[in-house]
Amino acid sequence: MTERSGSESGPAHKTLEIGIALLIGVFGLVVIFGSLKAGINWGAEGPRAGFFPFYIGVAIVGASAINLWSARRDGDGRLFAEWGQLRQVMSVVVPTAIYVGAMPFIGLYVASMVFIAWFMRWLGGYRWLTTIAVAVGMPVLTYLVFERWFLVPLPKGPFEEWLGL
Amino acid sequence: MEELANLFHGFAVALQPYNIMLMIIGITLGVIIGVLPGLGGANGVAILLPLTFSMPPTSAIIMLSCIYWGALFGGAITSILFNIPGEPWSVATTFDGYPMAQQGRPGEALTAAFTSSFVGALFAVIMITLVAPLVAGFALRFGPAEKFAVYFLAFCSFVGLSKEPPFKTIAAMMMGFALAAVGLDSITGQLRLTFGVTELLNGFDFLIAVIGLFGIGEILLTMEEGLAFRGGTATINLRVVLQTWRELPAYWMTSLRSCLIGCWMGVTPAGATPASFMSYGIAKRLARRGNNFGKGEIEGVIAPETAAHAAGTSALLPMLSLGVPGSPTAAVLLGGLLIWGLQPGPMLFVEQKEFVWGLIASMYLGNLAGLLVVLTCVPIFAAILRVPFGIIAPLILVLCAIGAYSVHNSTFDVMLMLVFGVLGYLLKKCNYPLAPLVLAIVLGDKAEEAFRQSLLGSQGSLGVFFSNGLVSTIMALGLVALFWSAIQEGYSRLRTAMA
Repeated sequence: MTERSGSESGPAHKTLEIGIALLIGVFGLVVIFGSLKAGINWGAEGPRAGFFPFYIGVAIVGASAINLWSARRDGDGRLFAEWGQLRQVMSVVVPTAIYVGAMPFIGLYVASMVFIAWFMRWLGGYRWLTTIAVAVGMPVLTYLVFERWFLVPLPKGPFEEWLGL
Repeated sequence: MEELANLFHGFAVALQPYNIMLMIIGITLGVIIGVLPGLGGANGVAILLPLTFSMPPTSAIIMLSCIYWGALFGGAITSILFNIPGEPWSVATTFDGYPMAQQGRPGEALTAAFTSSFVGALFAVIMITLVAPLVAGFALRFGPAEKFAVYFLAFCSFVGLSKEPPFKTIAAMMMGFALAAVGLDSITGQLRLTFGVTELLNGFDFLIAVIGLFGIGEILLTMEEGLAFRGGTATINLRVVLQTWRELPAYWMTSLRSCLIGCWMGVTPAGATPASFMSYGIAKRLARRGNNFGKGEIEGVIAPETAAHAAGTSALLPMLSLGVPGSPTAAVLLGGLLIWGLQPGPMLFVEQKEFVWGLIASMYLGNLAGLLVVLTCVPIFAAILRVPFGIIAPLILVLCAIGAYSVHNSTFDVMLMLVFGVLGYLLKKCNYPLAPLVLAIVLGDKAEEAFRQSLLGSQGSLGVFFSNGLVSTIMALGLVALFWSAIQEGYSRLRTAMA
């Protein structure tokens, strides 16, 4: 870990800690609600479908309440991360989300080419030649290994159809 | 001596040319996976699992378990050469390994690390060979209540032994159980917790969770530190190897102690990471040159590496004999068994002798092959590390996407993987352990089934879990494990009060 300089700012660790505890607590409530809908009592064939998850939900809510309590107490003022670091993280999350979202429509291969090229060119700052070599080479290699050698089909789009693959 | 005959039969299976080829491929891939950031043993195996769907199960498990051994070996390379632990269990190796490399003794440190890894693994495999059939034979008598008690013990050990706050461990674990419950209820055939979303009918696959939590999450953590990556070089020559080997026997006490710590921590699902820290800590306290630890002491490399490998290997003992994996990677291997149509648990030793003993034999051979591969190819693996993260990161992300897709041929799973990835990043930053979450997703259905069947037998009375000596003992051990940190604290308070 690098030393944090005083001028850098970012969200407090405490805030995130509380947020996560709340999020998990809400998840627990959803589980409880869903279990109640499925039935938590005994039916003709023994405990019904919601029986086990109901208590799991209760445990989640209980544990996150305690986590919330200890997160609120703890006030050492350290940062979760600097804004610059979070920007770095988001610069991966957002394109990956677009990549994943585009996959059902344009297939895995084309999406991967664009994604790798974007990543290397804009985040890595590589020359176009290197970028294109890797961006095209990796999906082609993937095709050969997965579809040809191990016979594992991967999602394809209009481009692959046009190529007749 | 039926076991010995079985073992020799297993060697015959493992030594088939096709299986030897898979072994070498597995080890090589494993070391690469161990060296690269963002690709660990668990998600590396998860990504490659779909490739094995068409293989015979024995060959498949030989390749996947060799990836696991390779990853265990690979973690040490980055720790020693670059002070970057490739895997969490090699963090303790950096303490003395990196100073040794800086003092111009990288070859010595690497040889010591690889050899200790091998010794730890060998010790654990011998233990598995001798103990696993006994445990499995014993477990054949287990009813649903005993089965649930074993799961209970496994999960309680997580709470008591992990260094994260206990309630965070419980929260993470229970989330795993809740995710496992989504979809079709296996006993009543009723749908639950799907809230009308058709994609959730089959529930959450833990492979997707593993790839997201460990793979994507790890990449995001690495991105925080930016794309900068320092390179380095390494050479090992035969002279250094032989010279180090001559030194090593002097540390046999440390090795033996680390083996025992590793096996103990590996069988209880605490795993390789705490084992390596514990072993390092104890070696530091007991070693004659303990004060020099942290400045490049060879014993400080031997202790954590031996324990990590012994733990990583012995994590397969409960997986094979009880169907309870001791680590996330063992959990992925267990998931593989289910996909190949095998039922993990004690019946494997009766019905699938060839599979079990082929796997055990391949552990001996795989670790030997691993030692040879890493000793001879260190410069090549170190060169992989010099490939900048700006190229590696997108390739790993694409590989994760491919792995997630090919589990069920579903693009919905790929989106789910990203959600798990962001979740993994946040949870890890907030100190929630991920291993119990994954293990709960894997074992949730089975634990619930055992729980409900026991209750059915007892007409809903919880007394069934204390109805005979065996089940009571296991449950009591579980409760001790659950409250272990509280017990320890109480004990130390008592001691200070007495003094």
